[in-house]
Amino acid sequence: MSSQQKVETYGTGRKTLKSYMTGLVLSLIFTFTAFYLVGQHTLSTTALYVSLSLLAVMQLLAQVIFFLCLTNKTAEGRWNTMPFIFVIAIILLLVGGTLWIMYNLNYHMVH
Amino acid sequence: MLNSFIFGNLTLDAIPYHEPIIMVAGVMMVLGVFAVLGGITFFKKWGYLWKEWVTTVDHKKIGVMYIILAVVMLLRGFADALMMRTQQAIAVGHSMGYLPPSHYDQIFTAHGVIMIFFVAMPLMFGLLNLAVPLQIGARDVAFPYLNSLSFWLTVSGAILVNISLIVGKFAATGWLAYPPLSGLVYSPGVGVDYYIWALQISGVGSLLSGVNFTATILKMRCPGMKLMKMPIFTWTALCAMVLVILAFPVLTATLAMLTLDRYMGMHFFTAAFGGNAMLYVNLIWAWGHPEVYILILPAFGIYSEVVATFCKKPLFGYSSMVWASIVITFLSFSVWLHHFFTMGSGANVNAVFGIATMIIAVPTGAKIFNWLFTMYRGRVQFSVPMLWTIGFITTFAVGGMTGVLMSVPAVDFQIHNSEFLVAHFHNTIIGGVVFGYFAGLTYWCPKIFGFKLNEKLGKVTFWCWFIGFYVAFMPVYIVGLMGMTRRINHYSAATGWHPYLVVAFIGALIIAAGIASLVLNIALSIKNRNKEGYLDTTGDPWDGRTLEWSIPSPAPFYNFALTPEVDSIDAFWKTKQEIAQGKSVQKPAYQDIHMPKNTSTGFFIGALSGLFGFGMVWQIPWLIAVGFIGVLVAMVARSFSTDTDYYVKAADVEATEAKYAALRQRGASSLGDSAEDDGMLGSEILNKAT
Repeated sequence: MSSQQKVETYGTGRKTLKSYMTGLVLSLIFTFTAFYLVGQHTLSTTALYVSLSLLAVMQLLAQVIFFLCLTNKTAEGRWNTMPFIFVIAIILLLVGGTLWIMYNLNYHMVH
Repeated sequence: MLNSFIFGNLTLDAIPYHEPIIMVAGVMMVLGVFAVLGGITFFKKWGYLWKEWVTTVDHKKIGVMYIILAVVMLLRGFADALMMRTQQAIAVGHSMGYLPPSHYDQIFTAHGVIMIFFVAMPLMFGLLNLAVPLQIGARDVAFPYLNSLSFWLTVSGAILVNISLIVGKFAATGWLAYPPLSGLVYSPGVGVDYYIWALQISGVGSLLSGVNFTATILKMRCPGMKLMKMPIFTWTALCAMVLVILAFPVLTATLAMLTLDRYMGMHFFTAAFGGNAMLYVNLIWAWGHPEVYILILPAFGIYSEVVATFCKKPLFGYSSMVWASIVITFLSFSVWLHHFFTMGSGANVNAVFGIATMIIAVPTGAKIFNWLFTMYRGRVQFSVPMLWTIGFITTFAVGGMTGVLMSVPAVDFQIHNSEFLVAHFHNTIIGGVVFGYFAGLTYWCPKIFGFKLNEKLGKVTFWCWFIGFYVAFMPVYIVGLMGMTRRINHYSAATGWHPYLVVAFIGALIIAAGIASLVLNIALSIKNRNKEGYLDTTGDPWDGRTLEWSIPSPAPFYNFALTPEVDSIDAFWKTKQEIAQGKSVQKPAYQDIHMPKNTSTGFFIGALSGLFGFGMVWQIPWLIAVGFIGVLVAMVARSFSTDTDYYVKAADVEATEAKYAALRQRGASSLGDSAEDDGMLGSEILNKAT
């Protein structure tokens, strides 16, 4: 692609080597921490579930911000961020509701 | 070995010879298909059909085909409804009725599946296709080829459901196919497999349409049309499409897990090996409850357009209408657990989701008041779309209130799974969705075809549906309160339900008369399309407010000769006012128009998906391979094609527009005299166009 041609960015932030490297390092840290926690057998099961879920979500955020360059700085970038937040909210609602009801059902089946 | 490779599990036993009712229906269906095919051959229309319709990417024609599909499937779905009503009206005491339980179960399943997936959804996408690009001043949708693909996938799903009538059987599980009943142990036949693949294939079509229309509305609005200046139907369409994008993947994933359970011996939803059937119920309603708002939101949009147009007033509370739609969009994801009130959820879950369900009635109520205030002191014209709207406001208020009633968990414990529930959701779907879509069909018919539907027959249709609905479903509310559960095919005379169910049957017959008059109306209006009272030469038969009425009827294939520019809500209304006040109109300077080329890829991918689905149902290895590889090849081949667009020359645009102008002038001077010429002209324009 010649340098004169306008590169369509769809409102993403600037794609720099630094941001990709940061993303890579963060992803690796989150991944290895997860493996380490499972391998150590020191946490209780519940704590393990919670911390693994948290690590997965942080991994997702790291990749979205540093690899996909989701940004709030450009006008078009805000158009990308808004649906992203909306989708996160819906997913939280659905996953939260699902966990809640399944634990409820479990409880009422047993007791 | 060879046999199972060629035919899979399919044997001649799959055809239910011993069931006369199914065989008669099947033979009628096959005869109907042959009659249509024979007719096309006799009139030598195959080439025309292929060039003008099957391969088209024109959103208006795709919309028309969606609506034809929906009307055909409505006849089938309604036949199922009549059969159930007949059964319940006679199967009391010693009489067992005429439908054996196994067949009755298939009928109520097919009725629900067909009415939601193959009547309401195609009608909605049909109306969106007809109106949304015209309302926002666009020449087509964002991805015209994808639009054609979506349609043909939907057709494939519908054909699979219909094939199940005569080859094998359909699911007998209820329209949401809860496991364990839909699991391999309790439903070993092909019924649930037909259900799965029909829904998966058409569901992909719906999801792609959702993406397509969201992109269209967000990216292709004409200059000056800010989001808060969009017509309200486009707004509700946008909200519905956002719901499609978020909800349909849940359906796809859920059905995929059920498929894995049935085909690969997995245990997502079985009680054995750690599976949990309740997770299916949870997931299917996480899709299912947004789905009903996907259907009703565009209907709300249609009522808003109709009310403003036929009361000659701007819509009352435009921005509150928009925000109500957005709030409904969000809240529709927060109510699905009200389906669990009696299924083992605790008091906290019930309280939260009961209240959430009540809250979602608030924005809906705000909309009702907005429509009423629009009518207040307006010059209300009681034409057919307006009648549907008024009928909706009263009927939907009843349905909404029974819904809020059931959102109280304590009440729900009494009436869940009863005929009261059945009456409630028919009340909202008929009184809300169906009335709205019929209003939309009547309203936009002149824009698409260039003629209006017959007003008198339209009123007959309305009154038959309106009265028929109340006669059919008020008794169902009552038997529900008397304790009748849903999906019953025989009951004791001591229950006292019989008289009510006879009345309900009579109501269904009244609705049948409404459907007959609808079909008659379409036929009669097509026959008289060039006569006075039908022909629309102005392009603006209702004195409309939004951009679709600013172009001639039937809309030219390129929609807008010049891209319009707007600076207000109801832009066309404002332009008309300015012209009336003496603002001069300049002669337009036409430019070349960039248009998409027709393609048959959508049709082929749809057909191959259908073959793939049929192969999966009967587990026929070569058919699965042909379908799957065929779809991949077609997709790849299409992605290499660069011959996908062309330009309409400015001179051609000018000539077409001049013909429309001549038609308009002739219509203004002597309507009806030159009826035949006008008819020629309309088709001439369309033929030249493509």
